[in-house]
Amino acid sequence: MSRAALLVLADGRFPAGGHAHSGGAEAAVKAGRINGAASLEDFCRGRLNTAGLVSAALAAAAALGVDPALLDSAADARTPSPALRVAARRLGRQLMRAARATWPSGELDALARAFPKGAHQPVVLGLVARAAGLGPEDAAYCSAYESVSGPATATVRLLSLDPFDATGVLARLAPELDVVARAAADAARNVVDAGVDALPSASAPLLEIGAQAHAAWAVRLFAS
Amino acid sequence: MTTAGVRATARIGARADGRGGTALPVLEGEGPLALRRTRASGDEARVMLVGAMSGPLGGDRFAVEAEVGEGARLHVGSAAATIALPGQAKGEARYDVRLDVSGGGELRWLPEQLISAQGSDLYVSSRVELRSGARLVFREEQVLGRVGEQPGRLTSRLTVRLDGRPLLDQELSCGPGAPGGWDGPAGLGGHRALGQLVVVRPEFESEPPQARLLGEYAALMPLAGPAALVSALAPDALRLRRVLDEALRTLDR
Amino acid sequence: MHLDHTHDGASAVSADARRPDGSRRALRIGLGGPVGSGKTATVAALCRALRDELSLAVVTNDIYTREDAEFLLREAVLPPERITAVETGACPHTAIRDDISANLEAVEDLEDEVGPLDLILVESGGDNLTATFSKGLVDAQIFVIDVAGGDDIPRKGGPGVTTADLLVVNKTDLAPYVGSDLARMAADAKAQRAELPVVFQSLRTEAGVTAVAEWVRERLAAWTA
Repeated sequence: MSRAALLVLADGRFPAGGHAHSGGAEAAVKAGRINGAASLEDFCRGRLNTAGLVSAALAAAAALGVDPALLDSAADARTPSPALRVAARRLGRQLMRAARATWPSGELDALARAFPKGAHQPVVLGLVARAAGLGPEDAAYCSAYESVSGPATATVRLLSLDPFDATGVLARLAPELDVVARAAADAARNVVDAGVDALPSASAPLLEIGAQAHAAWAVRLFAS
Repeated sequence: MTTAGVRATARIGARADGRGGTALPVLEGEGPLALRRTRASGDEARVMLVGAMSGPLGGDRFAVEAEVGEGARLHVGSAAATIALPGQAKGEARYDVRLDVSGGGELRWLPEQLISAQGSDLYVSSRVELRSGARLVFREEQVLGRVGEQPGRLTSRLTVRLDGRPLLDQELSCGPGAPGGWDGPAGLGGHRALGQLVVVRPEFESEPPQARLLGEYAALMPLAGPAALVSALAPDALRLRRVLDEALRTLDR
Repeated sequence: MHLDHTHDGASAVSADARRPDGSRRALRIGLGGPVGSGKTATVAALCRALRDELSLAVVTNDIYTREDAEFLLREAVLPPERITAVETGACPHTAIRDDISANLEAVEDLEDEVGPLDLILVESGGDNLTATFSKGLVDAQIFVIDVAGGDDIPRKGGPGVTTADLLVVNKTDLAPYVGSDLARMAADAKAQRAELPVVFQSLRTEAGVTAVAEWVRERLAAWTA
């Protein structure tokens, strides 16, 4: 196993489509809920502990080899917003494309065949981690980090926020990210015996409602 | 002073009575969880959950189980809001709701609000198991703190399964000690009343309801299956109920 | 080990010349250039010039999503199902060069849904002079500048002006009004681009997009040869 593979996968420049998604930040900025570094931090903390935890656990479970189809329907049940389900599948498909070119794997090919329009991104991410020789905790870290790095980067563009402030937010969240990644990996290990109900299902109402509002806009900068 | 907490389970069983109505062969309250049959409406049996004591308090374990058979129609309401209060017993209180609906059965679960009082610590688990062809209206509303008071700690997990497959699985944690950011711009954004309304109908399989916004803080969302969720935030219980009632009216139409 | 080199049923990776079913995919031509240089107008004119002889579709990469797509829809240059807008997170150059996954998905979906297609035009949102398309996304690229943007752009160069397979200098009808020297622009472009072709066009004249359409036909002939 190469730990450096985690850096390749977690790099914000990994070409898997993430740059066009704000993780709910665009809706929150427009509604005035994010207006600077402090509210960005609060937003990211809430997202990390809800959507971030859930996606990290899905990714870790997929990395452990849990049936991706079961994980995908568990992800559907944990994503009531149809706009977010569409975004998750689109990102899953784009990650699949990048990963198959980067870490060719029979398991990825099989998942691509089973979900030609894309499986939920965290499920794909877990299998990609597996293909890259990484473990469940690596997959959880990668997913949890993406859950906050996406909104932070987007907010730099949306608010012309000082990029040093945005990076400071991510650095301050690092200890909580450790906790979330470990909890996600633990939950994923329980899935092996207890089934997908052992996955966390933490939800954030304004992420779901905001995503629905955002999807209805005629003009927006980000896809979600 | 005893610190064990109260354990109580209420059970409801609804069956089609063969004459176009619904019979209630099981209607068992216990302790603080009393059940009353109220006047039926058409072919629907109506049950009122009557809280004989306030609760749940810390350490209490309450459970309500309802099972609706093929062709039966059951409506469950409650006489008043449930208030989670701090108790003398240590540890969290638990409230487990377990609902089963067979194909062709219908459950309308429309209790009053759950109020999380300052200092309380409650875990609510609602598990709904549906067979294909079942119909469901499920409402839950949480109010964080009584007027002018800080909320207690409240975690509520709602799981709806259809033929064993997960349709909806959502957990909400709020109050002191909840994971960070719960009240922030991704979570509740300072709102003190939140609600979910789940509607499951076989006909949604072919004609799912359209996603739409219900004001700035509520949305109707078709789920991945024959179901829709209305998720709503409001400043108070009254305004929350108004949004959910309006959503239910449009879905019932 | 790559167990599945035929990509059966699943998304092909990057710029394979074959579709998953083994058929040849459409030729993809990118159009980039600064804001307001006339990219969308050129795309619209190309659609009108070529739609009767070719099966074609358009992918737009807007800054504010859908604006260019909606212009094309309003102009009815193609049926709506042949126009897809890709959302770019405020960075069209990222979507056409650094992370092309959303664009690849869009071109594949168009071929699946309205195909078979001969040609897909991928339009970038207006960007700066360094924005070029990835070779993983397009087979050839056109860079569109205009005389009103300053007649020193060809002299300044930059990857778009220097390396695009075709440089289009648009709005030549405006040259007298904005004081642009077309001869100087042509000489500078020649110096920057050596043998690579340059077309001067005005969509308001009768010739319009003819020269660019002819260049596209030649590329297509080479692609299908």
